[in-house]
Amino acid sequence: MIYLASLVALLITAFFSTNSLTGNIIYQWTWSNFSQIFSQSVYHTIILRTLVMAIAVTLTDAIIALPFAFFIAKIASHRSRQVFLALVLLPLWASYLARVYAWINILSNHGVLPSFESHLGLPVTNLAYTNVAMWIVFSYLWLPFMIVPIYGAFERVPDSLLEASADLGAGSWFTFRRVLLPMILPGVVAGSIFTFSLTLGDFITPLLIGGSSSNFIGNAIYDSAINGGDLPFAAALAFVSIAIMAVYLLLARFAGAFEAL
Amino acid sequence: MRFSRLSRAAFAFFAGLVVLFLLGPLAVIVVFAFDKSNVQSLPIRHWTTHWFSVAFHDPAVRSALWLSVKAGLAATIIAVVLGTLVAFGIHRFRFFGRDTVSLMLVLPIALPGIVTGLALQSAFNISHIELSIYTIIVGHATFCMVVVFNNVVARLRRTSTSLLEASSDLGAKPVQTFRLVTLPMLSTALIAGALLAFALSFDEVIVTTFTAGAQNTLPLWIFGAILRGQQLPEVNAVVVGVLLLTAIPVAYAAKIASGDTSEVLGRSTKA
Repeated sequence: MIYLASLVALLITAFFSTNSLTGNIIYQWTWSNFSQIFSQSVYHTIILRTLVMAIAVTLTDAIIALPFAFFIAKIASHRSRQVFLALVLLPLWASYLARVYAWINILSNHGVLPSFESHLGLPVTNLAYTNVAMWIVFSYLWLPFMIVPIYGAFERVPDSLLEASADLGAGSWFTFRRVLLPMILPGVVAGSIFTFSLTLGDFITPLLIGGSSSNFIGNAIYDSAINGGDLPFAAALAFVSIAIMAVYLLLARFAGAFEAL
Repeated sequence: MRFSRLSRAAFAFFAGLVVLFLLGPLAVIVVFAFDKSNVQSLPIRHWTTHWFSVAFHDPAVRSALWLSVKAGLAATIIAVVLGTLVAFGIHRFRFFGRDTVSLMLVLPIALPGIVTGLALQSAFNISHIELSIYTIIVGHATFCMVVVFNNVVARLRRTSTSLLEASSDLGAKPVQTFRLVTLPMLSTALIAGALLAFALSFDEVIVTTFTAGAQNTLPLWIFGAILRGQQLPEVNAVVVGVLLLTAIPVAYAAKIASGDTSEVLGRSTKA
């Protein structure tokens, strides 16, 4: 209830404006926040950049998680399955800041990766403070959120079904495409809801890992709410991400992902 | 599906790489926490536990830690009470708007954490509530509740109501049934849920940023220090401490919920 009331408060706030001199909120209805977002190309760029990043991260995580989850659910022995699950569980729950901080240590100029490369005589990559770094770190951070629902989906597929498919003469690839994939798709969609929403809402990683061209929706919200003191404008921006998630959830609903959440 | 030896090996190799990718970075910070140098780089020349003692004696870290513990405990208690009640309501009764309530519980999961934080800040702002430890607690309780709810509902689904009926058939009063049958049945799910909720609250930054005002929880202190690029060796030691403090309750929760990994794996809330 509190949560819903707060969302309503957010909606209302989005229509207020801020007095540019005093910084106080003017409690009058206005569309100016929204028209500002729609008319200024800065915000178009930010929204587009965030969407592209969210899609890239979601695809990367799906591509890594599918074979990995398949391996633990269907190939690994019972014992090693438990071990693998525990190893996924650890980073899933491990401190988020610790995991971001680790990547600062890895990617920074004197970090693990550059010193490793120079040790081997390889050309040193300078990934720190780029959007490529953002892509790697986001993919790393949200990977467990993709693995878990996909693993759950694989686990629910009975082995007998795969055997039946093979007995009827289907090859591995055919079985995967026609039997397995339709059954695990809800799991993939559920995972993608997490990766999408987490990328959309993060401002910590862009601030700590990203550079000057790493302004995402989350940062824009954070900047106007915390640094700029313009709560109404931040609220309007937050509604852009709510709208994106709403569209995404509607699409996910068609794929029947809610049961897999 | 049948697999050749080669494709099995290929899958296993890939899985090994993924695990390395997941755990390698964690190993890096643990190793660096013992690096004596002010600037963390490889190879490490001198090992020390100096930074842990620096962090431990830093008053800013101490007060942040204390605030995090207080807020985490309070949020966990609220989450356990409310989460359990909602879980019972959803599980037991069919009522008008039941699906809406279920959907509302999915919302904090599906919407970005920053939206939750900003929504709460707007609500506090409109109702003229000053940001304080209480607003932090309310913010944390909203997402901690989801964890408890998930655990309790999962447990309720797997236990049959016939046990409760048998209890009342044998003459137990509702209170007795609750105390002697329901509670023992739920106890591990509740403890696991509470531990996970605390671990989540202890580590939360995004919602806290919007609900904390001028105070620092431990994650906020870490975030600020990294952002300014100051006291980094000390940050490293604190981060390893937080890692341990969150890992212990989670490992314990996983152990007591063993047999049903889904209860722990189903972390359906935001970082």
